[in-house]
Amino acid sequence: MFEMLTDRVGKSLRNLSGRGRISESNVREAMDGVRTALLEADVHHEVVDSLCEEVVTEALGREVTKSLKPGEEMIGVVHDKLVELMGPDASPPMWVEPGPTIVMLCGLQGSGKTTTCGKLAARWKNEGRKVLVAAADLQRPAAVEQLQTVVQGVESTGRGSGQVAFHGEPERCAEFGRAVGEAVTVCRNAINRARDEGHEVVLLDTAGRLHVDDELMGELEAIQTAVRPHRILLVVDAMSGQDAVDSARAFHQRLEVDGVILSKFDSDARGGAALSVRRVTGAPIVHLGVGEHSDQLEDFHAERVAGRILGMGDVVSLVEKARDEVDEAEAQKMAVKLAEGRMTMDDFLSQIKAIRRMGPIKQLLGMLPGMGAALKDMPIDEKQFDRVEAIIGSMTKTERTDPDRIERSRAKRIAAGSGTARDEVSRLMKQFDGMSQMAKSMLGPDGTPREQPAIPGLPGVGKGNTQIKSRRAGAKRGKGKKRR
Amino acid sequence: MGLFRRATDALRSGLTKTRTALTGVFGALAGRKIDEEALQAIEASLLRADVGPALTKSLIESLRTAWRQGTVTTGEEARDHLANDLRERLGDHRGSITRADQGPTVLLVVGVNGAGKTTSIAKLAKRFSAEGKVVLAAADTFRAGAVHQLEVWAERLGVDIIKGKEGADPAAVAWDGAEAAVARNADFLIVDTAGRLHVQEELMRQLSKIKDILGRVIPNAPHESLLVLDATAGQNGLRQAEHFLAAAAIDGIVLAKLDGTARGGVALSIREHTGVPVKFVGTGERPEDLEVFDPEPYVDALLGLDDGSTE
Repeated sequence: MFEMLTDRVGKSLRNLSGRGRISESNVREAMDGVRTALLEADVHHEVVDSLCEEVVTEALGREVTKSLKPGEEMIGVVHDKLVELMGPDASPPMWVEPGPTIVMLCGLQGSGKTTTCGKLAARWKNEGRKVLVAAADLQRPAAVEQLQTVVQGVESTGRGSGQVAFHGEPERCAEFGRAVGEAVTVCRNAINRARDEGHEVVLLDTAGRLHVDDELMGELEAIQTAVRPHRILLVVDAMSGQDAVDSARAFHQRLEVDGVILSKFDSDARGGAALSVRRVTGAPIVHLGVGEHSDQLEDFHAERVAGRILGMGDVVSLVEKARDEVDEAEAQKMAVKLAEGRMTMDDFLSQIKAIRRMGPIKQLLGMLPGMGAALKDMPIDEKQFDRVEAIIGSMTKTERTDPDRIERSRAKRIAAGSGTARDEVSRLMKQFDGMSQMAKSMLGPDGTPREQPAIPGLPGVGKGNTQIKSRRAGAKRGKGKKRR
Repeated sequence: MGLFRRATDALRSGLTKTRTALTGVFGALAGRKIDEEALQAIEASLLRADVGPALTKSLIESLRTAWRQGTVTTGEEARDHLANDLRERLGDHRGSITRADQGPTVLLVVGVNGAGKTTSIAKLAKRFSAEGKVVLAAADTFRAGAVHQLEVWAERLGVDIIKGKEGADPAAVAWDGAEAAVARNADFLIVDTAGRLHVQEELMRQLSKIKDILGRVIPNAPHESLLVLDATAGQNGLRQAEHFLAAAAIDGIVLAKLDGTARGGVALSIREHTGVPVKFVGTGERPEDLEVFDPEPYVDALLGLDDGSTE
């Protein structure tokens, strides 16, 4: 997609360049592809128009027309503009002394508020805080129970030394339209309880609404007036379309939103809504929700989302995923092992498992620049990995440490044991050999790369986290400057 | 006739905002000659309604051609031209569902997280319980509270519900639901499923499995697979439809939350690219707020063409 876009823009500029000087109108014409891409990504059309206008001005200023690679240059300008519009990255959390800090969550129905509640609670628990989550959604049937289950899950399985408690008054629930007013009482009670029990933060999960619903919007305002939350966070579905602007505006007008959380970012939506919402509310985007589990909440980076909107892939999050799954010391040990050609089948297996924990392979590959479009319709057989795992699982301990010992009869046994064909076993052996050889040739004796880094971010290959750091620093350096 | 009237009214009220937006444009163009600027304003309106850049472009091109040929000159003519174009693209597929020749008709309801599946199921249950006995199968065993949410609805609506424990195999719940529907001589079985993002391949495979299981208990089931699509969805809605079509062979769309300010225009692209039509629309939070989708009033309301009484 990104390459396609760059090519398209470049070509339309170059085609014209043969006929003489590239003019402003040629640049405008080339912007058409950019415009379509942004609209496809659900950036609000007014934002698209003003953005394109700014890009044209800037591009002419930078004399894109004289550049050898006008396409890339222009996409660079667009990218920078997107980053500028969505940044700066994450504002610091606001903790109040003395507590409790009151955080109110709001959003449209189905935007992911309750799931996000669990994620925020898990994050704060991990920071060692004492959290009270209050169920102020008394409209949707069973919303209170849902939140309670989520909170209990976080308390029992979440990492960190903090505590997460739940405050709910399910008896106050009512059928549609009859529970208005009760939510304020629940919030007040929760805050009083937090003071008594010494919770540092109270998280209020409010009822979802279509913002045209004045009655329920009134309820949110009533809560705001009654408890004066220190921070109001708006949850926005990454898959939302043009309407994201209207709903964000409506929430912002009534409540003055302090920050935005973009949920369901693990979909293949390009997330143009982020841009629109940032533009309308002026509030920073603080987090991205990337899964259904309580630890799947990430910090927002304008660079990443800008890249994704343009279909440039998401190397930063790929690297982050890798970092989450791989322990630095382990990666270093692995690199040395690889360098000495001592990698075993067990190591190989744990590498595969680490990669798979990062998500479906297709999704991972999709994060690589230029791969997204190419992979869209390509079947990738995840079962292949199941078979590899089964094959290694059917090896004895000695075979795993010393795969060279596997000759024909052993291979036959392994194939039978794992329910695979002999061919598959020998193919795996070949791949394993090839990998060991490659690693040996690329890495110095201490496990550092000989010349250039191998595969960025791939655990155990190359320098692991050293690369990750330099990547991220690189990303930061690039900010605000020309990108190529 | 009365029912149809009500349906049209509900749809209209649901589409008030849509109409306002487009009436805005065509209101301003009323009695005026079309020019390039007017075409741009119409284009912006379509984009705002999530019709998407590609389809919008082709709609506008067709309009521009007609304008250049002189067949369209005024705002009213432009409006009619666009309405015809949209109607043609939508085709006539008003909300009928495939029914079983005998035994229970099985409806499988799928969609991404938060689209409004459970609420839509309550509405479908309400609608079909007017025609016969309805059994619900709560096969969303993943989301905390989902089973209970459906249970509350079942109780309010007075319909039977078959449920599994949280974390139970949803295919097993579907199986139990199908058996119960047969045993209890139900006319309809509506199966709820957990919300899943269309990119989660494993969960999409699970959906195919649920579908197969239903067919093993009741021949040809599910007779109707419905995708619940959030009207606020953007261009990603098309990807959703494509993936759910592949995994669950969806027959139709329930366009939920149309009572908001969102227009659900991506449904047009979905129809164009996959052929899957919208069959029902959700226009409120009460169980009766589900209407049969009729392309005529939809397009008319979308373009502000319905007889008078705009605002």
